[in-house]
This record gives sequence, C-alpha cells and structure tokens, in this order.
Amino acid sequence: MIPVSAVVRSVAELVAAARGGERRAVARLLTLVERGGAVADEVAERSWSALGGITEGSTDGSRAHVIGVTGPPGAGKSTLVAGWMIRLVERGCRPAVLAVDPSSPLTGGAILGDRVRMADATAAGVFIRSIATRGHAGGLALAVPGMVRILELGGFDPVVVETVGVGQVEVDVASAADTVLVVVTPGMGDAVQANKAGLLEVADLFAVNKSDRPDAADVRRDLELMLDLSGLTGHHREGVADRPSITSTVAITGAGLDELADATETHLVNLATTGTLVTRREERWRAEVRSHLDRLLLDSSHQLVDALIRGSLLTGDESSAGKSPAAVARGLALLLAEQMTEYLDGVVEDDR
Amino acid sequence: MSKSSEEVGRSQTRPPVRVVLAKLGLDGHDRGLKVVARMLRDGGMEVIYLGLRQTTETIIDAVEQEDADVVGISMLNAGHLTLGPRMVEALVAAGLDVPVVIGGIVPDEDLSALVDAGVAGVLGPGASADEVVACVLAAADSRG
Repeated sequence: MIPVSAVVRSVAELVAAARGGERRAVARLLTLVERGGAVADEVAERSWSALGGITEGSTDGSRAHVIGVTGPPGAGKSTLVAGWMIRLVERGCRPAVLAVDPSSPLTGGAILGDRVRMADATAAGVFIRSIATRGHAGGLALAVPGMVRILELGGFDPVVVETVGVGQVEVDVASAADTVLVVVTPGMGDAVQANKAGLLEVADLFAVNKSDRPDAADVRRDLELMLDLSGLTGHHREGVADRPSITSTVAITGAGLDELADATETHLVNLATTGTLVTRREERWRAEVRSHLDRLLLDSSHQLVDALIRGSLLTGDESSAGKSPAAVARGLALLLAEQMTEYLDGVVEDDR
Repeated sequence: MSKSSEEVGRSQTRPPVRVVLAKLGLDGHDRGLKVVARMLRDGGMEVIYLGLRQTTETIIDAVEQEDADVVGISMLNAGHLTLGPRMVEALVAAGLDVPVVIGGIVPDEDLSALVDAGVAGVLGPGASADEVVACVLAAADSRG
C-alpha cells in the first residue's frame, strides 16, 4: 500500500493544494523552501505569483499580518505566543507560527523545543513549524521570508516568526515583519541595559512578561525612560510615528494577552492608515533581493575560494604565502569577478 | 553505522533528518527522552521535542506540520504493546508514511510483536549514542 504522502507531487500541485488550505502541502512546501536550491527557487516563483506581489493585504485577506516576536532566552516567548494565538483563534483568525531555534555549529543538529509550550495552541488549530537556523550564512534570512509566504498562501493570518534575540541574524529575521514585538522580563538589568543598542531598538511593541514578579514595575519604568530618550534624540524606526506600546503580561495565566492581541491589531491598523505598511513590505522585498544576491555571490565564490586557499595557501605557493590576508583576498576578488560572469551567464541560461 | 554522526551533520547533500520525540501516554519520566534528544542533536539531526503526556493525535499534528522523517516515542510504563502499534496505525490511517522508533523498557519477548506491528526500531536501556543515531537514521532511510 502506498500512503498518500508517499505520492510525490509537483511544486505546482503542492502550491495549488496549499492554496486550498491543505496543511500537509503547506508543510511539504516549507521543507522545500527550507532546503533551498533550485526547487526552493521554483516554489518562491510560484508562490510569489500566486500571492500577487506586494499589497496592503490583511484587509482583503490576500496577505497576512506578519508579526516578529523576539526576546532573550527564557523570557516566555513560546508560552506567550501560544496563549495569544489561542485568543486569536477564538477571534476567528487562522494563525501560524514559525519558531526558530539555533542549530549546533559543531554537528548541525538542533533541539527544537517550542512545541512543548505550545501544545494547547496546536490543539486549538494553530499551525506551528519549528525551524533550526542550520548555520549557513544568510540561509535563515533567505528561507524565512519564503516560508512566511507559504503560510500566507495556505491562508494563515497572522503569521508569527518567533526567534531568540541573541544574535544579529535572529533579531534581523524577527524584524523582517509588519509588527515587531520584543518580550522582556524582570531581572534583565537596569535602565543602562535598556539603552544598549540592538534588541530593544527594533520593537514596535513591548510585552513585559512575568509581570506578576515584584520588580516588573521597574522594567516598565526603564523601558518608558528608554523611549523618552528615543523621543528626545529623535531616534525611531523609519516610518514609525507611534511610541511603542508596552503591555504587561503573565503568559502562564493568560493575563494581558487580550490586551496584547488588541495592541498588535491596533498597530496593523495604524500601519495601514499611515501608509507605512506598504513601505515596510517594499523594504522587506528589497531585503529579500539582497539576501538572494548574497547567496548568488557566495555560491559562485565559495568553490573558487576553497580551491585557491587549499591549493595555493596551504601548499605554500610563493605568490600567496607571506602576503597579508587582505591582499590575498583582493587578488581573489579579481579572479572572482571573471568567474562570476561565467556563473551568472549559466544561471540566466537556465532561466530561459 | 555507515557514516559517522559528524558526516551526517555536515553533509552538504543530505538535509538534516527531522525527528519528532514524545512521551506517549501517561508517563512522567522524560529524563531518558531528553538524553536521546541530545544524542540525536549531536548526531546532526533536528529534534522536534514535544515532551510529556502526548497523544497519538498531538504527535500526528506535529509530524504533519513539521514534515518529520521519523517519530520517536519513549515509554517506561509498559504500555508499548498497546500504544506502539496504535501509533503506527494512527500514522498509516492519517496517510503519513513516517517510521516509528520506540525507546524504553521493552522485554525481549515483546520485540517480535512490535516489529510485526510495523515499528521500525526499538531501543532499550544502555543503548549507546551511536546505536541510537544509527537506529533512527536506518528508520529514516527505510522511508518510501
């Protein structure tokens, strides 16, 4: 007997099935996008045209509200997202979550534990997909927007991208969203920590989770102070007029989650009425172009660089050995430019 | 083992094997499963960890959404002869061609019954990290 899933379907068939809301087709397409390569490119092509480019979305159901959620490890992001998504299901939404956890740089393996905190959300019908960062440079930035698009195609709205806010890549991935929520907790440090660059700057909204702790009021005050200073220096994310709202939550009891859902919806409405929504989506589109270009450049350069480094540097070639790394790199760059032309000619041939 | 764990983890041609790990049924002892999760991670696999008190339904939801290659269930409560075959049947009924590996306390005389029921592998106490990784990889390779 051949089970249904063993039947190999074409990308076109999978895209059509995903559009009809078939979860298994959505899951399969997510795998194909995550693996990258030529098949991922085909999926991207078909899903992009099926969705019809950049639109205001959400109001007409054609594009989902994309929400990035990030914060330090142990802040309660998964528990918070689970409770919040259950409330959205109750409000008639069809949410999906992409939960990103790090891969081991040594073995490539990963333990993806977000579902442990999200069992109730799964039962409520929330689609959850765990993603390992898989370590390859720029891979996550390339894969996640494509995976978001597959979920949009499957009719999911909103689509939440949850990452641990520990590295630039993770913060960048969560920031590539219509709305960025940063989850903080008591015990993270004082107002000076809150003013350090990085994580907190990207927020459109804050959730102060574990707000039943005695020092939660201090966190709120420190955040307010940080935002006051942002107002004073005129610094804020481009195209954003609003001061980020701060919601106090206790994810394990559900306190504040309705307010959080309201704040997020309000943010989307504000984005749409000010025209910032389209600006942000165009910016994401440009960022994706850059990610793809990075990959093309890397693909075309790695092989040559590996060969040259192994061949000339390690064998002690007179021409390279003894030169500074920067000087060798400049020499390699000239060779690359030639090879790149040949490589891209090949890619363009394939596209025809 | 045909490949070392490191080769599999670093393989450029093969994407990481994705394994859903869960405790199926009423059984609160997850230390063994956590050790297995770590072994598989260090073997280069992506472990989707569900944790305690899962049902065949919650596992199937996870397998479907995660597009998993293998299901690993841990049972220390002597429920393997009931729940093991039930897990296999539930996956088949859902149309999911995903092999099941059982870990836990399984007496030797129960092994043939589990194999007959379609369980792809059984891991008992004392299995080494290499054995655990090899068993799950073999299960993943058995997939149609």
